Amino acid sequence: MSTFVEILKAIGLAVLVFTFLAVVGAMFGVYMERKISGWIQARLGPKHVGPQGLLQTIADTVKLLQKEHITPRRADALIFNSAPIIVAVAGLLDWVVIPFGQVGNRFLVVRDINIGVVYFAAMASLTVIGILAGGWASNNKYALLGGLRAASQMISYEIPLALGILWAAMIAGSLSTVSLVEAQRGGWFIFKVPPLGLLAALTFLVAATAEVNRVPFDLPEAESELVAGYFAEYTGMRFALFQLGEYAEMFAFAALFSVLFLGGWDEPSLSRQWAWVWLVLGAGSLALVALIQFRLRHVLLVRPIFILAVMAAGLSLILFFGVMAGRAQVLPSIVWFFVKMFTLVFFLMWMRWTYPRLRLDQLLSLSWKVLLPLGLLNLLITAFIITVAR
Amino acid sequence: MPPKVVLDWLYVGVFAVVGIVLAVVPLIVVWLLAPQMRLPQKELTYESGVIPFGQAWAQFNVRYYLFALVFVVFDVEVIYLYPWAVVFRRLGAFAFYEMLVFLLILMVGLAYAWRKGALEWV
Repeated sequence: MSTFVEILKAIGLAVLVFTFLAVVGAMFGVYMERKISGWIQARLGPKHVGPQGLLQTIADTVKLLQKEHITPRRADALIFNSAPIIVAVAGLLDWVVIPFGQVGNRFLVVRDINIGVVYFAAMASLTVIGILAGGWASNNKYALLGGLRAASQMISYEIPLALGILWAAMIAGSLSTVSLVEAQRGGWFIFKVPPLGLLAALTFLVAATAEVNRVPFDLPEAESELVAGYFAEYTGMRFALFQLGEYAEMFAFAALFSVLFLGGWDEPSLSRQWAWVWLVLGAGSLALVALIQFRLRHVLLVRPIFILAVMAAGLSLILFFGVMAGRAQVLPSIVWFFVKMFTLVFFLMWMRWTYPRLRLDQLLSLSWKVLLPLGLLNLLITAFIITVAR
Repeated sequence: MPPKVVLDWLYVGVFAVVGIVLAVVPLIVVWLLAPQMRLPQKELTYESGVIPFGQAWAQFNVRYYLFALVFVVFDVEVIYLYPWAVVFRRLGAFAFYEMLVFLLILMVGLAYAWRKGALEWV
């Protein structure tokens, strides 16, 4: 009987997480990406559907729902049609172990699996299978090249990625995402054993960017050379499923980065000695906000910075007054989770318009000749320091 | 009530099934809503506008395979590192030297693959 209740609960949670991914991950994610891309290129981005173009992606989804379902005659129909589903489901499965926050003694996580991060890495690499299947089954030369590139790139970067995860797991002594966050109370891993924590975080971030196929590692999709890469032949909703899986994965990796290195839902330090930092940060951000508001109002390029500055000013001042009032927790933990996740996603989108695409040989040698030895050495040196310091 | 470990993977299984169902639902909606008009030209694969010649399922660069092979070696290694990372603090200095030997052997392997040109994309 109780098993039955658990299954019902699991179904409810799965529907909830899927809806969250479709609405926040895909719909808002695409909107955010288009808006930020627009501003960086001195355009306005989506603007006409709904306030500030907020409903644009919903309109696009409705449009995609009415698009014809075309399976190329020479394609392998079964594999061709199941590939987008594999990618979307892999994106959803990542989220089982991502902790959103803490209410009292309960953690807002679907399941705190004891090998959470290994599970995450395994599910994230399921995407490779979907992408390779889609690229191969299309029987299109561009798609095949895209799929093969995706496969070689994603497996190459899986190892630096795992080394980054291992670094954090070694410090925390656990593989569960919840205990990883708990272990960072009072010292985020990015600041541990300086500067090795930062180095591990950077290794992980570069590998994660490559894992989700984003610029500068977007070779599998490379519009300018491979049309659309592995999803060149996909129409309508199946294309949307690929997008959903990709955005779900990007948000999942941003969340995992904050879980591993930025303390997950943990609030930044609230001890008295930090109060002046928050005051300076808040005042600085406010000054930036004022400068943009009064001097650079019509420069589209600074708008993303404006939004970031408003956010930083608000959060820093709230933290400052919280510290002064002697509060233990100022904002709910889930707010911090979302702040960290969206800041990282913004960072990824910013990177897209900053760096040009790498060549395939550069990409592979970056992984095998730089990140892999660096990650291994970082792991060894940190282990050595821990052993000596004991 | 089944033990926690079983419940964990029960959740994962349910998530996979629900995920597949929720991914198929929009495809069914498409099947109901969207127009269907099969035309031979429409069902061609895209090849920059010309009629595609031959199959895409032909030979491709062996380099991709080479990288996959190196990947398998290092992925297995990483799997061994996970349990080590968890108990490392409890086991102390012995665990460190043990892992040092293991990693050194692997680094020799990496150096060998590097020297042999397995990591070059020519």
